[in-house]
Amino acid sequence: MSVQPFQTMPVSRRPAGPIIDVSPEASSLEIENLTLAYAGKPALRELTLRIPRQRVTAFIGPSGCGKSTLLRALNRLHDLNEAVSWRGSIRLEGQDIHAPEVAVDELRRRVGMVFQAPNPFPMSIYENVAFGLRLRGGLSRRRLDDIVEWALNAAALWDEVKDRLRASAWSLSGGQQQRLVIARTLAVRPEVLLLDEPASALDPISTLKIEELIRSLKSQLTLVLVTHNMQQAARVSDYTAFLHEGELVEYGPTDDVFTNPRLARTENYITGRMA
Amino acid sequence: MSRAVRSGARRARLPRGEGPWAWLAAGSVALSLLLLGGLLTLIAVSGLGHFWPASVSLLELDDGRQLAGRAVRELPLPEGEGRERLYFTGNRDLDGQVWHWLAVERIAASERPPELVVLERRRFGDFIGRLVAVVPADRVQAAAAAAAADEPEAWAALGSRLDALEALRAERETLRRGVILPLVRQLEADPEDRAARRELAQANARARVLAAAMQGEVAILESVDGRRLVQPLDEVLRAWRPNAMSLPEKLGAWSRGLWRFLSEGPRAANTAGGVWPAIFGTVLMVLLMSVVVTPFGVLAAVYLNEVAHQGRLTRWVRIAVRNLAGVPSIVYGVFGLGVFVYGIGGSLDEWFFDEQLPSPTFGTGGLLWASLTLALLTLPVVIVATEEGLARIPVHQREGALALGATRLEMLARVVLPMAVPAMLTGVILAIARAAGEVAPLMLVGVAKLAPQVPVDGEFPFLHLDRKFMHLGYHLYDTAFHGDDVQAAMPVVYATALLLVLVVLVLNLTAIFMRHHLRARHGALPRH
Repeated sequence: MSVQPFQTMPVSRRPAGPIIDVSPEASSLEIENLTLAYAGKPALRELTLRIPRQRVTAFIGPSGCGKSTLLRALNRLHDLNEAVSWRGSIRLEGQDIHAPEVAVDELRRRVGMVFQAPNPFPMSIYENVAFGLRLRGGLSRRRLDDIVEWALNAAALWDEVKDRLRASAWSLSGGQQQRLVIARTLAVRPEVLLLDEPASALDPISTLKIEELIRSLKSQLTLVLVTHNMQQAARVSDYTAFLHEGELVEYGPTDDVFTNPRLARTENYITGRMA
Repeated sequence: MSRAVRSGARRARLPRGEGPWAWLAAGSVALSLLLLGGLLTLIAVSGLGHFWPASVSLLELDDGRQLAGRAVRELPLPEGEGRERLYFTGNRDLDGQVWHWLAVERIAASERPPELVVLERRRFGDFIGRLVAVVPADRVQAAAAAAAADEPEAWAALGSRLDALEALRAERETLRRGVILPLVRQLEADPEDRAARRELAQANARARVLAAAMQGEVAILESVDGRRLVQPLDEVLRAWRPNAMSLPEKLGAWSRGLWRFLSEGPRAANTAGGVWPAIFGTVLMVLLMSVVVTPFGVLAAVYLNEVAHQGRLTRWVRIAVRNLAGVPSIVYGVFGLGVFVYGIGGSLDEWFFDEQLPSPTFGTGGLLWASLTLALLTLPVVIVATEEGLARIPVHQREGALALGATRLEMLARVVLPMAVPAMLTGVILAIARAAGEVAPLMLVGVAKLAPQVPVDGEFPFLHLDRKFMHLGYHLYDTAFHGDDVQAAMPVVYATALLLVLVVLVLNLTAIFMRHHLRARHGALPRH
């Protein structure tokens, strides 16, 4: 994918809000001047932010603000869509993810993703978790068993499914399915886990479990969470970025953003005065 | 007027109750079901009734003539002149005809004497009448003189002789298939093989002994009006006395008749005997077609849906494929004849089978070309069904695989295609439903009126793709229109039709069962 010029883009308006400065050393992902458009319609404008390592960063903002688009740019899921054009750069641990020597399937192993709707494959629970591992191959049966157990444990699902690993993944409840998908992603040992509204299709109890899981995982990897749910962002994230109309409006420690937003736009959104 | 129409239109937009619409819809469903049920019932009753050993009536007409036969149907005469009944009387060799229409009021008396026999014969069809005696051929004169033979004794003798003949026939068939034919082929390959030649001579001698043992006995028969007939026993296949049979006996005879229909080859220009080669040919051809059409259809659908750039060209190709499904099947037959049979088959003959020219091997219609032609015919069906299945697979399943580091090929092979298997099977089911009933193109590319040898046997290469084969659909057509006695062929036609429907049903059910099994393993596709 090549960098394409934008005719329709207005000249960059720098986000007015203060941007916290995560040092390059402490950041897992560095996004710089990222601009992205669907079929010529701009979705992200000149975004620059650093996502800190081993922290939970939440993207919030009204529908259509570009937060999911940003998330999907981080593991190059836009590659498949011919209508998407972009410029700018994204670096993972200092390396440009669009560099020619970066294989996209390798990148996606390092940057795992969990989607809004639980999407287990129509296979057994075991095979779902082993799916990413089998793609690379070369693992002994025993090693595979160990990693599957580890991943299911890490996703807090092991105790519920250990007696029926051969059952269809579609026989699980929605919340269990979502944790299975997380386990599946964890099994390939990603450095970054992208979560696109992972609990929006779930009931409150399952949501709670997912949130606990997110908190417990940050000791191991960097998490990026897109959510519509302000309380959720406040509960689980360390940093919050507020996006609006493709721009980064405010980005800072979650406590600051929620208790003391610097911009009226942010405050309006957080307090529910802006849809 | 216009106001009324307008208010009517308004009422149609906002119906008060759904009563009339529900009735209309339910009525059309009921009507379709009724028609379908009626069709199947007609076919089943007429077809299955063919094997029932129906009672035979002995009739005395008002002019004193006597006649024996089985009533087939009754029609009213025009202008209320009573009714007319059709009897099957058999005895073509005595009467020259086997059907008699009789005005009902001309029948003075009708009874069902238990001693009336029906013989199924190789030539001249059925005999209906009385059995006088069973004797060696050289003693016919003496036996005929001693007219008053013991009837039950003759019947018992006939039964045991027919059983013995059946055993001899079976032995001769085993000998022919198991010994003689392999030896003949061996000799064709190597005419110098002395040992084979000697063995063949021995086997042929044994066959002649068997043939001789089958001859030499005759039954002396008498029609109900007293005409005598000497019937060589080796031409008699079966004998029964329907009026003397109890219901369980009739049921037994019925099921044996049905089994013979399913398991034997046809006789008497396809109007009698069984349809086993046709069943086998139909099923084999449909299976071969499925084996060919599935991979091609699936690959084409994968290309159109997953690989090709979704531009104007792809859209046009898709429209063209959909329209191909509507091309009349005979057109495919012509294509198959021109391209497969004459084109490819002719070239194959020149390259690989030139020692057999001018008699063609693949350059004539055969199982392979018929299967390929039907595969071509059903290709659009499989493509369309598979494409719809692929398009229905949720994008989040694909993205889920990609997000785990799968390449596009891995995503296709491990997630998308397995999920689309039920849709592919739907395509195959539709293809089978279409192909099994297709007759027109087959007439051009390989179906035969009579091919008692099925295309699978013990001879290398075991599956003979170049052979012509029989097909139930064509058999149906041939029996119905090309026999010399349409009346006699009718029940066979119905039975064949029933069988064709059943074969299609069984093939479809198999595929449906497979699809259900696959779906049941993981439950239905979740909807989000």
